[in-house]
Order: sequence, then C-alpha cells, then structure tokens
Amino acid sequence: MSLAHRIIPCLDTDGERVVKGVNFVGLRDAGDPVALAARYNSEGADELVVLDIAASRDRRPTFLETIRRVAAELAIPLTAGGGIRSLEDGRAVVRAGADKVTVNTAAVERPELISELSGEFGAQAVVLAIDAKRDGDHWDVRVRGGRDSANRDAIEWAKLGVAFGAGEILLTSVDRDGTQIGFDTPLTAAISRAVSVPVIASGGAKLPEHFAEIFSEGAADAALAASIFHDNMQSIRELKQFLAARHIGVRLPC
Amino acid sequence: MNVTLIDYGAGNVTSVERALRRLGVESLRSNSTQSIANAESIILPGVGHYSALIRALDQQNLRAPLVDALHRGVPFLGICLGLQALYRSSEEAPELHGLNLLPGRVSQLPASVKLPHMGWNQLRLARPSRLLEGISADAFFYFAHSFAATEPNGEAVASCDYGANFAAVIEQRNIFAVQFHPEKSGEAGARLLHNFLRLVA
Repeated sequence: MSLAHRIIPCLDTDGERVVKGVNFVGLRDAGDPVALAARYNSEGADELVVLDIAASRDRRPTFLETIRRVAAELAIPLTAGGGIRSLEDGRAVVRAGADKVTVNTAAVERPELISELSGEFGAQAVVLAIDAKRDGDHWDVRVRGGRDSANRDAIEWAKLGVAFGAGEILLTSVDRDGTQIGFDTPLTAAISRAVSVPVIASGGAKLPEHFAEIFSEGAADAALAASIFHDNMQSIRELKQFLAARHIGVRLPC
Repeated sequence: MNVTLIDYGAGNVTSVERALRRLGVESLRSNSTQSIANAESIILPGVGHYSALIRALDQQNLRAPLVDALHRGVPFLGICLGLQALYRSSEEAPELHGLNLLPGRVSQLPASVKLPHMGWNQLRLARPSRLLEGISADAFFYFAHSFAATEPNGEAVASCDYGANFAAVIEQRNIFAVQFHPEKSGEAGARLLHNFLRLVA
C-alpha cells in the first residue's frame, strides 16, 4: 500500500480547442477538450490538467466555459490555469469546477499571489507551474509561455514558491517540451529533492521507459504529457501496466 | 430521498453535487439553519483550511442544527475537512473547537513524507464497512490533505498509511466520513457515494 505515481494528461488549449506545438511555438489544432477529457477519465488518467496557453500570451481572461464543460465529464481531479493573475481569476476557475489552480508568470512577478490563493483554497489547491531551461550550470525560470527569462534560479524559485504556500510544483522542461526524447531527469530530481511538496514532471515524454525513468531516477510524484495521449501514440492503460510490471506503484484502471 | 449538501461557501460542493447527479440524485445545496434542521441526510464536503470550515459553520449558525441532527440519528457523510470537523480540535487551528462528536484531535502528517498527501492511495480495512461494500480491497481513492486523524479510537473502519496511519473511513452509528474525496475517486468513489445513498434511502 503506497501512494500511486500519477499519470496526468494535459490539454493545452487556446481557450476553446486543444492545441499543440514544439517548444511552445508552431501551435496546431489537436481536438475537442471535452471529448478528450471524457476519454482520459474512462481510460484511467489520475488527474487532468487544462491550460489556457493563449490567455498567458494575450493576457485574456481564462476560459471558464471550457473548464465547466470539462469538469462535468470528470470523476477525477481537475487542475486549470493559464493567465491566472489575481485571486479573483483563481476564484473564477475554482467556481467553474477546477480542484486546483496553476499559477506561473504572475506568481513570478508577484509571489504573494500564491499565498492569497493558498489562504483561500488551501495549499493542496495551488500548483506552481515552473518552466525551466538549462542555462550553464543551473536552470533558469522562463515566463510568458517560455519565451522570456525571469533571471531566477529554478530550484530557488521552487523553494520560495512552496514557502509562499504552493502545494505542488508542475515542472516543465522548456528544453524537452515537445521533443519526445524523454523527461529532463536531472532537472526533475533536483527540484523534487529540494522541495517538500509533490512534483509533476512535464516535457519530452514519448516512451513508457521515459515515465519509468522519471519516477525512479527523477523522483517525480506525477508525470504529465499531452500529444502522445491525444494522438493515441500511448494508451494510459498500457503505460500503467508497463510501470506496474516494473514495480512502480500506479493505480491500475479496472 | 432528500440529501442536503452543506454549502458553507468554500470547497468542493459543486464536484460533490455533480457526482451525486451522476448517480441520479439531486441534492439540495444549502447553508440555512432551517434546511439542516429538516434534512433527511446531510453531506458536509470540505477542502482547504480547517479554520474556513469551522468559522463558516459558526458564523452561519450551522453548528447547533448540525450537531442536533447528528445526535438525532440523521445519516451524515463528511468528506475530507468534513471528517476532520467531527473531532474535538485540529492542530491546523488549535484555537478553534471542532464539532466534538468524536474524541481526539486532528494532527499534521509527519514531515518525513511530501505534503500535502496528494493523489491516489489504498486503504487498510479494520472491520467490515457499509460504505466500502462491493468495492475491491485494493481500490484506490483520491486524497488531498496534510492533516488527518492519526489517533482514531475505534471509529475508523479503514485507515491509510502515509507517513503515519490515519483514519480514512469512519462509521459510527449514523455518522460516516471519509478523508479522501469520493467525488474525485472514479468508479470506486462513485460506488462509495452510492452505498451512502442506499443507507439513506
């Protein structure tokens, strides 16, 4: 009996449709978020993340109707974010049906946003999303969809974010995102060992072996991927069976 | 069947409402003293900070009708904070008084594990459970909490191990409570809610 490693599909949306791209650029349409959510819910996903990547770019308000429609399909937890800049933005997302809210750029600019959300909804509802990119001997925090440097060390930012009240870290490797060559194991292990909260690894997944590695060597508590699930390159059920056969604790679907 | 869902202004009320709806039951969301006094069954959802729930119950004058209803034998299901509220107090807000329907105190899980305890975990059954009827013994349920009842006194029919052993499912007369979120626990969670509704019917 132990806490299962979570497999989390991620829907990057433009507000209405699921989109995808490599290294945060070259977006193309990848489907209907509600249909995908229903599929992942029944296939044994442990949680679902829905991000509004357009909101983060254009500073548009978030996509509450999409969250509502997705939440109605789910009997598993839902995390939503993208463009959350204020407590009021967070409230709207939670009211629409999200169990957790992710914050990214706005939290880098004003870390108090984390404590405001955490104070109202509890630390378990606040996920600090960190986009990190290798820069010499450390990892640099990137903001505004991975485009700009925040001139901040990712490990130090993760620790500070937890001190401000984040209950989980969603860690995306900007170097690996969309490449399908595997998660960034050194980055994930470094962050996971530095903080006291769970870490979700993101960016670069393709093969079942990538998930096995990020859970064992990367010390990740959860792993997130998008297009390999959307395109049916990888079934969640078979991925979990693969991990279970390697003695990595997962929740096997019925 | 009348299910009153206490809506104290925070937490996972909508998710619980949706989960009940998927089982064909329309619940009544309420924070009125009157509807709690007249309830045929009560669900107290909750997630977040212990103080938010306890303060809301007091400020909205819900404590007395709720405790009365539970003493009268009205079937009750507490979820997450709704379980923790049943105890005398919580380490998360030691200055506040819980509902004191169960002896003991809610404590923080040890720092030897990552907190919050976030994700899917399994249960250790202590005795036959009405809520868990028909659910596989190795089923997983979704947890999201840092505090728990780590010293139960026989009220727990199932416990969970995460840093410490703590009460995961409570059944005592008409009082039922779960530390995890059945409304977010897939088919196993739906079955548990179904079992509660059947006990109520």
